Amino acid sequence: MALKVVIVGAGIVGTACAFHAASAGLDVTVVDRAPTGAGTTSRGEGNVLLSDKEPGPELVLARLSRTLWDEAGRELGAASLGLEPKGGLVVASDARGLAALGEFALRQQAAGVRAEPVDRVRDLEPHLAPGIPGGVHYPQDAQVEPVVAAVALLRAAVRRGARVHRGEVTGAVTGGAGRVTGVRTSAGAVLPADAVVNAAGTWGGEVGRRLGAPVAVHPRRGFVLVTEPLPPMVRHKVYSADYVAAVASRDAGLETSCVVEGTRGGTLLIGASRERVGFDSTMSTAVVAELAARACRLFPFLRDVHLLRAYRGFRPYCPDHLPVVGPDPRAPGVVHACGHEGAGIGLAPGTGALVTAHLLGRPWHGADPAAHTGLLPGRFLRSGGGSG
Amino acid sequence: MTEPADLVVVGAGPAGMAAAVTALAGGLRVALVDSGTTVGGQFWRHPPEHARAAIPTDDLHHRLREHRALCGALSAGREAGRLDARLAHHVWSAVHEDGGFAVHAVDRRTPPRERTVVLRAPRLLVATGAYDRQLPFPGWDLPGVLTVGGLQALLKGGGVVAGSRVALGGTGPFLLPVAAALAARGAEVVAVCEAAHPGAWLRHPGALLRNPGKWAEGAGYAAALARHRVRVRPRTAIVAAEGDDRVTSVRIAALAADGSPRPGTERRAAVDAVGVGWGFVPQLDLLLPFGCRLTETADGNAVVAVDDGRRTSVPGLYAAGETCGVGGAALALAEGRLAAESVLADSGAASVLGPARRAGVRAAVARGRAFARALALAHPVPPAWSSWLTDETVVCRCEEVSAGTVRAARADDDARDHRQVKHLTRAGMGWCQGRMCGPAVHCLAAGEGAYTPAERLVATPLTLGALADLDDRPSAATDTGGTDKECS
Repeated sequence: MALKVVIVGAGIVGTACAFHAASAGLDVTVVDRAPTGAGTTSRGEGNVLLSDKEPGPELVLARLSRTLWDEAGRELGAASLGLEPKGGLVVASDARGLAALGEFALRQQAAGVRAEPVDRVRDLEPHLAPGIPGGVHYPQDAQVEPVVAAVALLRAAVRRGARVHRGEVTGAVTGGAGRVTGVRTSAGAVLPADAVVNAAGTWGGEVGRRLGAPVAVHPRRGFVLVTEPLPPMVRHKVYSADYVAAVASRDAGLETSCVVEGTRGGTLLIGASRERVGFDSTMSTAVVAELAARACRLFPFLRDVHLLRAYRGFRPYCPDHLPVVGPDPRAPGVVHACGHEGAGIGLAPGTGALVTAHLLGRPWHGADPAAHTGLLPGRFLRSGGGSG
Repeated sequence: MTEPADLVVVGAGPAGMAAAVTALAGGLRVALVDSGTTVGGQFWRHPPEHARAAIPTDDLHHRLREHRALCGALSAGREAGRLDARLAHHVWSAVHEDGGFAVHAVDRRTPPRERTVVLRAPRLLVATGAYDRQLPFPGWDLPGVLTVGGLQALLKGGGVVAGSRVALGGTGPFLLPVAAALAARGAEVVAVCEAAHPGAWLRHPGALLRNPGKWAEGAGYAAALARHRVRVRPRTAIVAAEGDDRVTSVRIAALAADGSPRPGTERRAAVDAVGVGWGFVPQLDLLLPFGCRLTETADGNAVVAVDDGRRTSVPGLYAAGETCGVGGAALALAEGRLAAESVLADSGAASVLGPARRAGVRAAVARGRAFARALALAHPVPPAWSSWLTDETVVCRCEEVSAGTVRAARADDDARDHRQVKHLTRAGMGWCQGRMCGPAVHCLAAGEGAYTPAERLVATPLTLGALADLDDRPSAATDTGGTDKECS
C-alpha cells in the first residue's frame, strides 16, 4: 500500500511537494486553511534565481530546482506556470562594487552557475541609467507566476491521485514510539498519515510546534511595488549588486535594495525591502518611498511611471538563512520543508523532489538526500537553536 | 494655517464639510483634503470656479442653502487661520505615526506636476463617500455606456448632457434625479429600467413613515418625470448594449422574480448614451489598511463599523457618511456633525451642538440608517443577474478578463473569493484595481456574503518620481497657495 503523506501548506513549496510525491505514487493529501498560494506565495515576484546565491547548500538546491522548473514546464506547459527564462542582470554602482561582483561571479562559475560579465549593460537593458560601470548577466535566472504555478502543480498532483483538504491542522496524532499516525484539523477530523510534511512557509514554526517538532522560522517583511502596465521596457530581472548583500544580511533593521522586472501583464515589479518586524502588516510609506527612489535611480524613466499597487508579505527565514528540508529526528514521520526566506518560489520543485526522496528513502528526479545534508533540521538541534 | 492640525478630514463632500465646520466651530484646527478642485463632493459637484458663470447648474442641485452655509463657515475658518483646505490633493495612504496619523497626499493643483504632501494630526476622520456599483452585461464596455453617477457628474460638473437619447438602468432611487436632470436639460430619456418590484417598499412601511422628507423628495422626482413624459419601468433591466464603435441600442427585458430575463419580453431601443447603476460601493481604501472592524449592510457591502458617535474600532479614527454604509447626503451631513462632536469630546473640547441638539442629530442618524436599510432591501441586486452574461462578456475591463475566464477559475481551482480569482485571471489587477469589477467578481466567485474590497495600500496611482521625492520628515504645515478657492 502506498505511503500516506499529509502535506501541510498549499503554497508553492507544498504544492511542489504534492506534485513530486503524487508523481512517485504516494498517497497525498494537501491541507491548507486558505486558498492555494494565498500566503507568501502570492506576495513575491516569482523569482527563480541562481544569481543571488553564494556557493553552498542553497545553491546546490537552487541548481537542481532550476532544472526541475524546466522539467515541470515541459510536462505541464511553460505557460501554465507563467515560466519565463528571462535571465538576470546584476549591475554594480561603482568600480569597487563591480570588482566585488566579478569576484562573486567567479566563485559561482566554479560552482556550476552560468555568469557572464557585461561591460555595456545598456546593450542588454537600454533604459538603465547612464554611468553604470558594468554588471553580470545570469542567463539561467527565470521567473514564474507563483499562484498560477502553485495551482497548476496542485492540479497536476490531483490528476495523479492527490486530495485537497481545506482546513487548519491543530496537532499530530501519534502512535507507538511517538511516530506520527495522522493530523487533527480544526473541524475535528483526523487525517491518517504515515508522514507529515511541514510546508507551512512563514507559519512553519507554528505548524512544527503543533506537530511536536518546532523549528525556528520567523517572518521577514517585504514590500513590492507594482506599476501601471507598460510596453516592454525592462527585459531581464535587473537588480543592484547590494541585493546579494541584503539577502544574506543578518541585520535586524530595514534594508532595501533595488530589484526591477517586467511581467507578462506589462506591469513592472519593484522590490525589495527586508524588515524584521514580526507579522506587523502596517503600511510603511517610508519604505515604499525608498523603494521608488532606488528604482528611479536605476531606471530614470520610472519617474514618470505610475505606481498602481503595493503589497507586502512575510518571508519565512531561519536563523542561518537556509531552508530546513528533511526529517525531524524528534518526531518520527515529520518532514520539514519550510524556511525558504525569499527564495521559496525558485527552490520549490527542488524541495518537492528532495522531500519525496526522503519519503521514498531513495533519490528522486536528481534529488539525493545525501547531497543536501546541510538543510537537515538536525543542524539546529545540535546548536540548541531549534525551539524558537 | 501655520500650526499643525488637531484633525485631518479626508473628503469634502457633505459628511466631510459638516464635520470640518463643526470641528472648526468647536475651536479645533482642521486640515480638509479632497481630490476635487472645489468642495462639495459628488453630491454638490460644481463646474470649476472660472466656468461657473458660463455653466449654470443650480437647478440640478438640492440643499444648496446648506451648501452655501457650510462654504461660508469654511471660508471663515480659513480666514481665521484654523482651516487648511487642500483641494486637488489625492490621498494615497494614511498611516499611524507617533500616536497620531500621517495622511499622505499628492498635490495635483498644477498638473502634470505631482508633489507629495504629508498632513499630520492626532485624529483622522475619513469621509471618502462611495462610487457606483457596476454589474457587467454584454456591451457595457462600449463607448457611450456610463455609470448613472458618471452621467450626473458630467451634468453637475460641466453642464454636459452625455447623449440625446438616453436609457437608464439598474436599481435604486438615484435613477430618478438623474433621469429628471437629463430630461430637464433636453435629453430624451427613452427608458428608466428599475429592476426592483414597486411593491417591495410596502414591506418596510415604518422606515418610510418616519422619514417624510423622503416622500416629498420622491414625489418631486415623480412630478418632474411625468412632466417630461419619462416612464419608470419596474421589473426590467438593460441586459445588453449594442453598437460598433459606440452604443447605438440597448436590449431591455422584463425580469422574473429572481432577476432573470423573462423569455420573449426582450425589446430593442435606439439610444446614444446609457447610464447604469446598482447602488453604490463605499470607498474604504484608506480605512482597510488600519484593520478597522467591518460590518455588513443590507445592500451587500462591507462597511466600517462605528459606534453611535461614528468612532471606528481604531482609537482616533472616525468615519462619517457612505463609508459607514450608503445612505445619502442628508444622513452624511448629520453623521459628519456627529463624528466631529465625538472628535471634540475625545479632544477635551466643548460640544458645539449641546446635549439636546446632539440627541436630535443622533435620532436623525438612526432614522436615516433605518431608511437606508429599507431602501437597500427594496432595491437588491437581482440574484440571477449573472444570467445576462455570456462567457465572452468582459468582466474586468482594465485587464480584459471575460466572465468565462472567471467561471473557469472557480471551477478549476475552487477559487471562491475575488482575491484568488485576481491572482489566477488578473481580474482586478489593472488601473482601477478592482474598484469597478470587484463586486461582480465577488458575486461570480463567492456567490454569497458581503463584498469586502481588496486591501489597497496605494489608494490612488501616483508617479514613482513624486513618491521618490517624498519628504517624510514631520514638519509644520506649509503655505497652501492661492488656488484653493473652496466655494463660490
